[in-house]
Amino acid sequence: MAQTAKRDYNLLGPSSEAAIASGLAAAEWYHTEVDRKQMKALMQRSDGPAIRDTVIWLGSMLVLAAGGIYFWGSWWAVPFFLGYGVLYGSASDSRWHECGHGTAFKTRWMNNVVYQIACFMIMRNPVTWRWSHARHHTDTVIVGRDPEIAVMRPPDLFRVILNFFGILDAGCAMLDMVRNAAGVVTPEEKSFIPEMEHAKVIRVARIWLAIYLATLALSLWMGSILPLMLIGLPRLYGAWHHVLTGLLQHGGLADNVTDHRLNSRSVLMNPVSRFIYWNMNYHVEHHMFPMIPYHALPQLHELIKHDLPTPNKSIIDGYREMVPAFLRQLRNEDYFLKRELPATAKPYREELHSGVAAE
Amino acid sequence: MAQWIEACGAGDVDEEDVIRFDHGGRVYAIYRSPEDRYFATDGLCTHEQISLADGLVMDDIIECPKHNGRFNYQTGEAKGAPVCVNLRTYPVKVEDGAVFIEV
Repeated sequence: MAQTAKRDYNLLGPSSEAAIASGLAAAEWYHTEVDRKQMKALMQRSDGPAIRDTVIWLGSMLVLAAGGIYFWGSWWAVPFFLGYGVLYGSASDSRWHECGHGTAFKTRWMNNVVYQIACFMIMRNPVTWRWSHARHHTDTVIVGRDPEIAVMRPPDLFRVILNFFGILDAGCAMLDMVRNAAGVVTPEEKSFIPEMEHAKVIRVARIWLAIYLATLALSLWMGSILPLMLIGLPRLYGAWHHVLTGLLQHGGLADNVTDHRLNSRSVLMNPVSRFIYWNMNYHVEHHMFPMIPYHALPQLHELIKHDLPTPNKSIIDGYREMVPAFLRQLRNEDYFLKRELPATAKPYREELHSGVAAE
Repeated sequence: MAQWIEACGAGDVDEEDVIRFDHGGRVYAIYRSPEDRYFATDGLCTHEQISLADGLVMDDIIECPKHNGRFNYQTGEAKGAPVCVNLRTYPVKVEDGAVFIEV
C-alpha cells in the first residue's frame, strides 16, 4: 500500500501518534543471529584503542592550533586551520556519539570526559543529545518519533548544502543554547528528556554560554577573530566531513521500517575518513548492535555481512546512489532506495513494512 | 506468596555472563559474577523493556543491548542515562547444581 499522507516530522504531531498507534514506535527490530560467545567477545570494552585515537585526535589539534596561531596573518595558517577545523567540527561528531553510547572506552569516566568535550565542540547539549540519541535508536527514521533525521522528505537540499558549513545547524544550536540557558526547555525536548534531567540541560547551556561569551570578549579585547577561530568557528569551517559522512547513514533509504538493513547504509571508506568517523561507516552494523565498540565494527561486519546489503564501495559511490534519490524525492517524497539483500540473507519481515511504498 | 523456583542449571550461565529466564509471564535475568556468585533481577530494561540477557556483563554491571543503559545487577541500581528506574532484584540460591530464585 503506498504511503500518501504528507510526512509530519513534529515529535508531538499526528505522525508520532500514528507511529505509536500502529506499533512502529518502540517496535521489535530485526537482528542477524550471532552466536552469543562471538557477540560477547565483540562487545568487550577496551581503553587502548580509544586512548590511542584520542591522543592522536587532541594531540593533532594542539599541534595544528599552534601552527595556526604561529602563522596567523599569513596564508600559511590556512592548512593548519583546515586540519584543526575538521578535527574540531567533524571528528567531535563521532566522539560524542561513541562516548555517548559508553562503548568507546572501557573506563566510564573517560567516556564521560571525551563526551563532554566533543559535545561542546559539535554544539550538542550532552543531556539533550543523550536522550535524543536513545530515541533515535529506538525509533530509527520513524517519522514523528526520531528527533535525529538529517534529511526529511521532501529533502531541503539548500539546508543540506548550508550545513556542510554548519550554517543552519550551528545557528540553531546557539539559539538552543541561549534558550536553554534562559531556563526554557521546549515541549519537543520534554517529549524525550525526562523531567529529572531538565536542570542539567539548563546548567550545561549556561556553562557553555559563559565559555562562548569569554571567547567573544577575548576576541574583542585582542581585536582579532583568532580566539573564535579556535573555539566556536571550527564548528562551521570544519563541519563538512561529518555532514559528508553523516548524510550517508540513512539518506535516501526507507523510513517507517523496523529493519536497519532497510533504513541504514554501510559504506567502505578510506582510513582517514574512518579515523575521523570512528568506523561509523559500518552503520547498519552499529544500529543492529549498538553494544559493539567502534573498533570492533569491522570484525562485526565480517561476521554478519552475509545477512546485510552489500556496502557501498566508497563515499563517492554512496553519493552516486543517494543524490539521485534525493532529487527524485523532491518530486515524489514516497520514493526511496530499496536495499538488495544477499541470497543468503534472511528476508525482510514484510508484515512489518506493509505501510511503506517501494520501487 | 514468595516461592523458590528453579531457574536454570548452575553451569547454564557462563562466568561473567547473563541468561534469560521466563516464568509466570515475567522475564528474569540470571547472572554469574566474575567471583562465581549468582544474582537475579527483572530481565527487561526499565528504560524500554529490552531483554537484558542480550547485554554485556562487566564486573558488577549489566549493560542493556539497545541503548547501553547500565545497572548494577547485584543491587539493581540504575547507573545513569538512559535508565533512571532501578531493576528489582531477587534472592538466589544454588542447590544440587541448580540455580533457584525467590519470586
